[in-house]
Amino acid sequence: MLKLEARPEQSKLMSVMSPVLALAITVVIGTILFMLLGKDPMRGLYVFFVEPLKSVYALTELAMKATPLILIALGLAVCFRSNVWNIGAEGQFVVGAIAAAGVAMQAGPDTGRWIVVPVLVAGVLGGMVWSGIVAFLRDRFNANEILVSLMLVYVADQVLGYLVYGPWKDPAGFNFPQTITFLKSTAVPKLFTGFRVNIGVILALLAVGGFWVLLFRTYAGFQLQVGGLAPAAARYAGFSSRKALWTALLLSGGMAGLAGALEVAGPLGQLTPYVPAGYGFAAIIVAYVGRLHPVGIIFSAILMSMFYIGGELAQSRLGLPKSLTGVFQGLLLFTLLACDTLIVYRIRWQAARPVPPKAMPIPAATLTTGKGA
Amino acid sequence: MDSFALLLAATLNSGTVLAFAALGLLINERAGIVNLGAEGIMLVAAVAGYATAVHTGSDTLAFAGGAAAGALLAAAFGVLVIWLNTNQYATGLALSLFGVGFSAFVGIGYTQAKLGERPNFAVPYLSDIPFVGPAFFRQHPMVYLAIALTAALAWFLYRSRAGLVLRAVGESPESAHALGYPVRRIRLFAVMVGGALCGISGAYISVVYTPLWVEGMVAGKGWIALALTTFATWRPARVLLGAYLFGGVTMLQFALQGEGVQIASQFLTMMPYLATILVLVLISRNATFIRVNMPASIGKPFFPGS
Amino acid sequence: MLRLELVNISKQYPAVKANDSVNLKVEPGEIHAVLGENGAGKSTMMKMIYGAVRPDEGEIRWNGQAVNIRNPQEARHLGISMVFQHFSLFDTLSAAENVWLGLDKSLSLAEVTQRMMKVEKEYGLDVEPLRPVHTLSVGERQRVEIVRALMTNPKCLILDEPTSVLTPQAVDKLFVTLRKLAAEGTSILYISHKLDEIRALCTNCTVLRGGKVTGTVDPRTETNAGLSRLMIGAEPPQLQHKQAKLGAVVLDVRGLSLPKEDHFGMNLTDIRLQVKAGEIVGIAGVSGNGQQELMAAMSGEDTRSPPDSIHLFGKDISNHSPRKRRKEGLHFVPEERLGRGAVPTLSLAANTLLTRTEAVDRSGWVRTAEVTKLAQELIRRFNVKAGGPDAAAKSLSGGNLQKFIVGREIHANPKLLIVSQPTWGVDVGAAAQIRGELLALRDQGCALLVVSEELDELFEICDRLVVIAQGRVSPSVATSAATIEMIGEWMSGLWDKSARQNEESLHAQA
Repeated sequence: MLKLEARPEQSKLMSVMSPVLALAITVVIGTILFMLLGKDPMRGLYVFFVEPLKSVYALTELAMKATPLILIALGLAVCFRSNVWNIGAEGQFVVGAIAAAGVAMQAGPDTGRWIVVPVLVAGVLGGMVWSGIVAFLRDRFNANEILVSLMLVYVADQVLGYLVYGPWKDPAGFNFPQTITFLKSTAVPKLFTGFRVNIGVILALLAVGGFWVLLFRTYAGFQLQVGGLAPAAARYAGFSSRKALWTALLLSGGMAGLAGALEVAGPLGQLTPYVPAGYGFAAIIVAYVGRLHPVGIIFSAILMSMFYIGGELAQSRLGLPKSLTGVFQGLLLFTLLACDTLIVYRIRWQAARPVPPKAMPIPAATLTTGKGA
Repeated sequence: MDSFALLLAATLNSGTVLAFAALGLLINERAGIVNLGAEGIMLVAAVAGYATAVHTGSDTLAFAGGAAAGALLAAAFGVLVIWLNTNQYATGLALSLFGVGFSAFVGIGYTQAKLGERPNFAVPYLSDIPFVGPAFFRQHPMVYLAIALTAALAWFLYRSRAGLVLRAVGESPESAHALGYPVRRIRLFAVMVGGALCGISGAYISVVYTPLWVEGMVAGKGWIALALTTFATWRPARVLLGAYLFGGVTMLQFALQGEGVQIASQFLTMMPYLATILVLVLISRNATFIRVNMPASIGKPFFPGS
Repeated sequence: MLRLELVNISKQYPAVKANDSVNLKVEPGEIHAVLGENGAGKSTMMKMIYGAVRPDEGEIRWNGQAVNIRNPQEARHLGISMVFQHFSLFDTLSAAENVWLGLDKSLSLAEVTQRMMKVEKEYGLDVEPLRPVHTLSVGERQRVEIVRALMTNPKCLILDEPTSVLTPQAVDKLFVTLRKLAAEGTSILYISHKLDEIRALCTNCTVLRGGKVTGTVDPRTETNAGLSRLMIGAEPPQLQHKQAKLGAVVLDVRGLSLPKEDHFGMNLTDIRLQVKAGEIVGIAGVSGNGQQELMAAMSGEDTRSPPDSIHLFGKDISNHSPRKRRKEGLHFVPEERLGRGAVPTLSLAANTLLTRTEAVDRSGWVRTAEVTKLAQELIRRFNVKAGGPDAAAKSLSGGNLQKFIVGREIHANPKLLIVSQPTWGVDVGAAAQIRGELLALRDQGCALLVVSEELDELFEICDRLVVIAQGRVSPSVATSAATIEMIGEWMSGLWDKSARQNEESLHAQA
């Protein structure tokens, strides 16, 4: 029978292979799913894994989708490494978008391109405020950050709804729930003409570098990690868990807010109820599959973007529901967690040993006298 | 007066949803396992229950279907968390994320399907008493089942040996293991029962509460149920009361709208979520109080033979 | 006929062969010691007898018949019962409920409570059945464990290091109980590494070293040196003792009172303590009397100390964080290695960064090459057996990790080194090396404060002793003037009596 045996040291090979293995299992399950739905599995896999990479345009679209995922996941990686469970990045994304939109709508016909900077900064600050609430409630009242941050996602969605159905509704918008389309001056600068991809990609790559340095070359990063790995050791060393809490939450809130600002001032160009696209939740998966490592996150973000784009293509080309994307993403995380066990455990075959009969109890007589053999 | 009676009735109805889920989570957490996948389980169970109701026309089978779906998902979660010792929080989240996508996927065929005519339930004689009748005795049988379940669970936890064993496992799985109890099997059982109850809650939402299927219709009740178990310090009677309290808050938004209160609807919709935050803040303030009442092994991995 | 016999039992774990063809013969009514240092394989052997673990090879015989014990319940059915070193108790449940859980289903809680009180009376083990366990002292908790074991009518009772939580007087009481049980025919397996106790109590002794049996002797006829030779292959190492050269007062604790932080903790009351440069002061005491709370207050992990209560070189450090205290020269070695003194999954190099920040710039940048060099230096100087500076902390044996952690703090040139349980769970060789390092540090003029549950250790290395009991600390006494009996009394809080007696005798001499 199969038996799990602890490895003396964590397997570095499995650390890298585990996400690959998880992906392989997910693909297998996906293939089965395609067949059950009566679709050609090869075509399905093609749409998910080849189409998104086929042309330069496709690659830029991939980069565009990956940008918010990378940005948010970097912040979440810091959080999860510090054992701070920020699940509400989606809400911080929305509030960042709202803040950015608020600033963007101040632009007049004569405003210069410089307005992009305050728009993005507003997004960062908006996200930080939203995650700051979580930090405050945990710091002051010990309230569980998982539930608080999650509840704030629902609240953020409602705030967004209120704004786009109410005070911020475009009067010339035929009563659709949407704000005015932002002026071109506020749009995030594009990288190349003819493609939608913008400087967000550059920001994401810079962020990857910055977070790598933070986590692996600064004492602050070390403190955060120790706080997550061994809280008693962090206390012994004198690392402040409060500082870690606030740093992790403000950082991840800011990153999520920045992603929100880039979405709204970039491809969307206005605020609508569809701003929350689930990036905040997908980024959780991106962070994990990327092993909570800045470089790994680049790869897992690209993978998740392929799932997104593939899902859209599968809908238009194969008539498959878009929610398939969500299924694959959730499945990927699930299988990853299972495969991660192989980092710490080995699988061994243990031949079943011949089992002697069950232990014989002492005859009753001896028990009651309680003396002697 | 009439509308107040209806408000009470609606509160009971709404509270029952949370009650089943929170009681299930209570069983989980008493064994030391926190299942953040509650929302995902409830969604999948909701669509499973709805589909069963559409195809068989039987409410009972729908609840059975929801319970089965919940138990199955919880079992997958349990195997990972209990035998492979994966991080409980991350695994639960994975389950929720999966459940969101999977339920939307499976439910596509059912957004247009309608259930048959919904029967009106009424307890004979009692339901005719003025005020009390319409308030309390015109409910779906599951509402009364929830109350019975609460009582049964309280008896089980505090008066039975099996309940003591469960509490012991949640307190210190290492000690229970040293005494020879099959800790992992007990935990898996608790997780599956908890999942089944969350499943019943999900089926209740789609079959009784708002008889239809819409993507994401659980709308965070799984998360609220998680908060509820902490708020109730893991005691069944308090869970039930808390569930009704939240049910009341949820219903309040409709009552206020009905009264013509001039607030944008979104702020009313926010109320249950803000209430959850408030409740968490209130109960968590006293860290010592929580630590004394909380099953000590929650969230921590258990390695037998170490 | 032998009550219990282990025939050529072996157990292999991934990294080590814990038991290698081990043989054990236990007669009915015999008090049989299993002697060995930490890591020798005693607990693995017991786990197999008790049913928690299955042997890979060999046979276990009970009353002459081969048996396969698949789990603790089957062991209990046979009549084998175990009292653990680290109690298997449930804090929030009552003593009676804890006992009930340890028995098989047949009796009701009320019946169990009644029988419990009978057993307690018979063997002198008083504990209130209805009190929740977290309100009980450590000694009382052990009594609950023993009562639980006794109520299964054991034919073989296994005790794993039972005296580490008892005062010397309580140890004597325990021995009376055990002798009574043995006289009634119960076999007792007594696991310990304390030579004096084994020689006082046991009639037979199996010695384990490195997973193998090195000898089976009658301890009553053996000397400590003889047993030690079987246990570690050599005589117990002798330490060099130089005369203490005292300097200024380094640590001055003046009336420290601290309410407990945790519901299950202990209040500290009016603690007064002084340590001078060039001496080692030892804090004796049974675990659970406030040591943890005092250490947290000293190290800075607990910053709630009232102002003016803790002074270092005359400076008030009562609310300083651990990092600030280290800057002033106060270093601390905690009792838990993995999880507190070191992060298990991080490398030894990374673990130096917990308390040594010489390689960190003002800007926060970490010079990783220097960090690795420091780890290499510590490994070399303190003779740490490890895979290198990149080896994960948890891959080291207990003794080697302790050498690394103690070394990390000693190498920082502290002015005051506080060490909690310096050699707990550490093999004899490493223990001797660590104690030697502490003495060397003291000879260089450092002030040391050592907390230990091993009285022998304290008597060996300390210049002065104090005792902590119920959150209070006794006056200090020179080690040369102290006896085990006196310290044992003080551990029950009775130092005023002795102090007055001492004073009176001093006055009489004057």
